[in-house]
Amino acid sequence: MSRRAAIVLALAVIALLAAAPFYATSFTITLLNYIGIYALVALGIVLLTGFGGLTSFGQAAFVGIAAYSTAWLTTAEGASPWLGLLFALASTGLAATVLGAVTLRLGGHYLPLGTVAWGLAIFFLFGNFEALGRHNGLANVPPIYIGSLSLEPTAAIYYLIWAVLIAATILVANLLESREGRAIRSLRGGVVMVESLGISVFRIRLITFIIAALLAGFSGWLYAHMSRFVSPAPFDLRMGIQYLFMAILGGSGHILGAVVGAALITLLENALQDVLPLFARDGQQLEVIVFAVIYVLVLQFARGGVMPFVLRLVPGAAKAPIVAAAPLPRRTMPERGTALLSVERLFKRFGGLEAVSQVGFDIKAGEIVGLIGPNGAGKSTVFNLITGALTCDDGKIFFLGEDITRAGQRRIAEAGIARTFQHVKLRPNMSLLDNVLLGTYPRTRAGFFKAALRLDRQEERRARFEAFAQLKRVGLGDEPYGPAGNLPLGRQRILEVARALAADPALIILDEPAAGLSRVEKKALVDLLHSLRNEGVTVLLVEHDVEFVMGLVDRIVVMDFGSKLVEGTPAAVRANPRVQEAYLGSVA
Amino acid sequence: MTPDIGLILGIDGIATGSIYILVGLGLVLIFSVTRVVFVPFGDIVAFSALTLATMQLGRMPGTVYMIVTLAAVACLVEIGHHLRRRQPRRIVRGLFYYGLLPLIPAAIAFFTAGANMPSWLQIPLAIALVVPIGPLIERIALRPLADASVLLLLVVSVALTFGLSGLGLLFFGPEGFRTKPLTGEIFRFGPIILSTQTLLMVASAAVFSLLLFLFFEQTLIGKALRATSVNRIGARIVGIRPGNAAALAFLLASLLGAVSGILIGPTTTLYYDSGFIIGLKAFVGAIIGGLTSYPGTALGALLIGVLESFASFWNSSLKEVVVFSVLIPVLLWRSLSLGRVDDEDHEVEE
Repeated sequence: MSRRAAIVLALAVIALLAAAPFYATSFTITLLNYIGIYALVALGIVLLTGFGGLTSFGQAAFVGIAAYSTAWLTTAEGASPWLGLLFALASTGLAATVLGAVTLRLGGHYLPLGTVAWGLAIFFLFGNFEALGRHNGLANVPPIYIGSLSLEPTAAIYYLIWAVLIAATILVANLLESREGRAIRSLRGGVVMVESLGISVFRIRLITFIIAALLAGFSGWLYAHMSRFVSPAPFDLRMGIQYLFMAILGGSGHILGAVVGAALITLLENALQDVLPLFARDGQQLEVIVFAVIYVLVLQFARGGVMPFVLRLVPGAAKAPIVAAAPLPRRTMPERGTALLSVERLFKRFGGLEAVSQVGFDIKAGEIVGLIGPNGAGKSTVFNLITGALTCDDGKIFFLGEDITRAGQRRIAEAGIARTFQHVKLRPNMSLLDNVLLGTYPRTRAGFFKAALRLDRQEERRARFEAFAQLKRVGLGDEPYGPAGNLPLGRQRILEVARALAADPALIILDEPAAGLSRVEKKALVDLLHSLRNEGVTVLLVEHDVEFVMGLVDRIVVMDFGSKLVEGTPAAVRANPRVQEAYLGSVA
Repeated sequence: MTPDIGLILGIDGIATGSIYILVGLGLVLIFSVTRVVFVPFGDIVAFSALTLATMQLGRMPGTVYMIVTLAAVACLVEIGHHLRRRQPRRIVRGLFYYGLLPLIPAAIAFFTAGANMPSWLQIPLAIALVVPIGPLIERIALRPLADASVLLLLVVSVALTFGLSGLGLLFFGPEGFRTKPLTGEIFRFGPIILSTQTLLMVASAAVFSLLLFLFFEQTLIGKALRATSVNRIGARIVGIRPGNAAALAFLLASLLGAVSGILIGPTTTLYYDSGFIIGLKAFVGAIIGGLTSYPGTALGALLIGVLESFASFWNSSLKEVVVFSVLIPVLLWRSLSLGRVDDEDHEVEE
């Protein structure tokens, strides 16, 4: 399909949807209403699960909290549904904040299990509250009015539901293409790298979780005033699971997966209700089985859901060109020769192993210092201690005169230390450019609101220009939009260097940057590091290629068995018998 | 609340907690070997009680058809798997394990349906009927995904709860059952009143915990399972097939589940979908123990049983709210005590 055909098709779908009340039966419109309401919840799950890597089975509980909030306020207190909306969003947001604050620090399977538990708890709560009508629910919820226009007719609320859905989809899409959106996308696959870039994982997770809950809350508000009746049943765990599968079936990696999944499941459910009674007395028992089979098959054979197949037919959207923009503000580099980093008597134990013991050294601004030593000498551990990925058991680390011993990765990154990892930590599914853009996070400011409303575009252009400049600088400027995972491993290391440079660091810490590089590429890396020094950036690196290190650095620190062996100029270190012994074994 | 009532509630809670211990141990067993958080495990408990109940009523249990259905699908999966790998000779073995073996108890139940069987025969038959459910489900839905992330396996296992509750409704119908009491005697020790049923539940939990401990500590197969749970690749290198380990873990867990069902059957009316909540409560117990520790799980499960017992005295309709809400402070405590959990759990994208 050509690009033009895709646009025409999209416009046709929109026109068909807009005109639906004029040609479709009211049953069809009702179905479309449900699709819209479900898709809104699924959209939150796409953001949360597909992009943020957090799984929730409990979104139906948020829908319920909102539906009950507005239903109670409008029936018991006679308030306007618009006031009900505010109340519903406030109570959903509050519940999400509390639940998120408790569960989002946990990794892996604890969060989804937690959501199962509170999904159930909240459901049972609905059915046992006198004020909420117990299991009978609340009836006579008023319809929504816009001025004097009643949205009671199916066709009238249809427009509101889909307008909300389309607006929400656009806002979420905007958000994903922004600074905070990249942070959300970086959450999948390990938090150490994310924190090392100065991004607060917990904060991003919590806000993403709240956004997903608010989308569910909006859906609950629409549901309450559309069906004009709320009871516990539609908010049970079964429904919470169904919402998750809508997102998965549609394709949780794509923003439109929410609508596609909601539509597929709603239509399928409707079709099954017509067909299954032909096979069994009570079709409902077969319905859940059919759904379970579909879910398991999708998860076994098409984990990405339906969207990837659709996208194969549609040409990819043209990437916005990178335009020249004002450079991002740079930090003032410390004056050459001043004390930059000071490590004192560092000590770290893993169980019975003393990985690092009594290690101390100083680095002056503008130096290139190499940290070498045999395998297992504790070099990477020292790096992890300096950057805060590990906390030392004893000792002190000062950076620019400030004690950063226990400052944590994020504050250390903000202070001006950027790093690469021994085992490359990139986001293989994100583009080269996006990976490097992650590095600019602490240098930029735009938050979630600005991003959703696209008020961040000027800063975004500057960040993109900066990231692209760093890509070109390390020699990866050819294909900025290709996925990072396609690069060979050596170049992935270089991409990490570009990401570190995008943070405008005063000190850059490189863990084996030359591993896997060709001779020519190593030469280019040496030139790059020399030019960095000329700019006033200080470099600390671990490297096994002794020739590479000797030709590059001003000073070398040698480690062996967790302790510092010697420290000095390359020539002095090379001549030192203790170093020779450590590397080559004793001659005697 | 008087001390007497407190005592009664406490004993009642320990009895229920014993069931949660058995279920919780099964969950931990499955999780540690296969990394599957097996949410539908509670269904096996309920199905076992329902199977015995229908047999006691002189009817043929729906489990027979359920096993036939699952075994047929598992055989198809097995045949497809071996054909794709061009190892057609392995098919016979597969059909034996996943077709013939599970059908033996089903065939016995089919032909003896309605016969007046003594209960000491009925109970083992009911257990034998139910036990294959776990391994069959593992073969059909989970083994093809054995290398997926914990999260994906969890999502699949949640999808399976839908399927199993559907099968339960299909084969057992919507009505609830309660099995005949296993024993009826009651002991009095001063103010303490103990029924043999309670004693049986507590004793079973103790005995099976001990057996499980001996199995893991003393037998080679048990050690192989432990090895798999520590490091799958390492286990494979020393010649342990992860597939076999997974099947065995599911088999043992199913046995625990089936026994729990027999024990809980006389004390509560169970429906086709009652297992879900039982399983989840055991989960809360297992999570208190960190999902990997057997003693921790046992303690957590006991705690949940006692908590539930007291909560139902306080407000019987809100007891579920209490039991599931308790998970939130537990998770908070876990997250604070563990510090930050770094899950380097890379999702594989298509």
